[in-house]
Amino acid sequence: MSNREWPLWEVFIRSKQGLNHKHVGSLRAPDATLALENARDVYTRRSEGISIWVVESNYVHASDPSDADSLFEPSDTKVYRHPTFYDVPDGVKHM
Amino acid sequence: MKNESLYNYVLRLGDDSLILGQRLGEWCGHGPILEEDIAMTNISLDLIGQAMSLLDYAGEIDGNGKDHDALAFLRFENEYQNALLVEQPNGDFADTMMRQFLFDAFRQPLFEKLVHSSDAQLSAIAEKSLKETRYHLKHTSEWIIRLGDGTEESHTRAQKALDNLWRYTDELFSETSADLSLVTSGIVPSMVEIKEVWNKTVHAVFAEATLQIPTNNWQFEGGRRGVHSEHLGYLLADLQYMQRAYPNMKW
Repeated sequence: MSNREWPLWEVFIRSKQGLNHKHVGSLRAPDATLALENARDVYTRRSEGISIWVVESNYVHASDPSDADSLFEPSDTKVYRHPTFYDVPDGVKHM
Repeated sequence: MKNESLYNYVLRLGDDSLILGQRLGEWCGHGPILEEDIAMTNISLDLIGQAMSLLDYAGEIDGNGKDHDALAFLRFENEYQNALLVEQPNGDFADTMMRQFLFDAFRQPLFEKLVHSSDAQLSAIAEKSLKETRYHLKHTSEWIIRLGDGTEESHTRAQKALDNLWRYTDELFSETSADLSLVTSGIVPSMVEIKEVWNKTVHAVFAEATLQIPTNNWQFEGGRRGVHSEHLGYLLADLQYMQRAYPNMKW
């Protein structure tokens, strides 16, 4: 019997029309078809979704946590990047 | 009783779901991998949900005020009309998947036809159950193909499961003369049609899975008339214990 573990897959679920697929977790599966079925069984039991993406975790490239300071802290002091200095006219909806 | 033929037919559908649901539930916490543990218990809960609707309806036809609980928990072994296939022990993962696949391939075309039943209640239950069953069949077909056409070990085990369980498949399609009267009145489909579709499905999947259908034609039967294998008694002891020990207990 083979002791190799099945590859890990990242699961993304779209909760309803018009919203983005969101990362919900990961699982193990031998191939893409069963990864989709496992994702359906593990992550949509309570009507969480209408669409599933699975991506083999190998193919996800992640930023290095030790770079977090240089990557993300600089934006903390750039308040002018947030559109908070404009007055929104009363008549504008959906802002 | 309004319609004894229909009562027995619906009871049989309900008993197949109930007993297989209970069997599959035994895997809870013991699945070979977490994902499949959840998949099997999902299927188990689908089947138990079907059993609730079907047994409630059987009780309604019977008219004696029995609901699904009374029918599930308070009958004797020889009053269950499930096919022998669904009461067979779980065995290994290949045995469980094979039993489920052979059953799902039978249930899908049956529900597809029952959707068009002239009996509105049966049609509604079939419509809801069909969606679930389509997924079950897809899932078990994928597994049979992977087990059969997988490693030497998985192939051997899948073939052994098929050799063992094939003998219980004819019974799924058995029809009583009462059933035939239901066929004539358009309430249920003829099992001849269902078996045709079933044959196509299992042949296609087994070909892809490189599994051989046994040539030995000996078949068991008995479950449909209440004559069961030794395995059902133990399953019912598990299932019924609480209601027998503490009548009317609810939680």
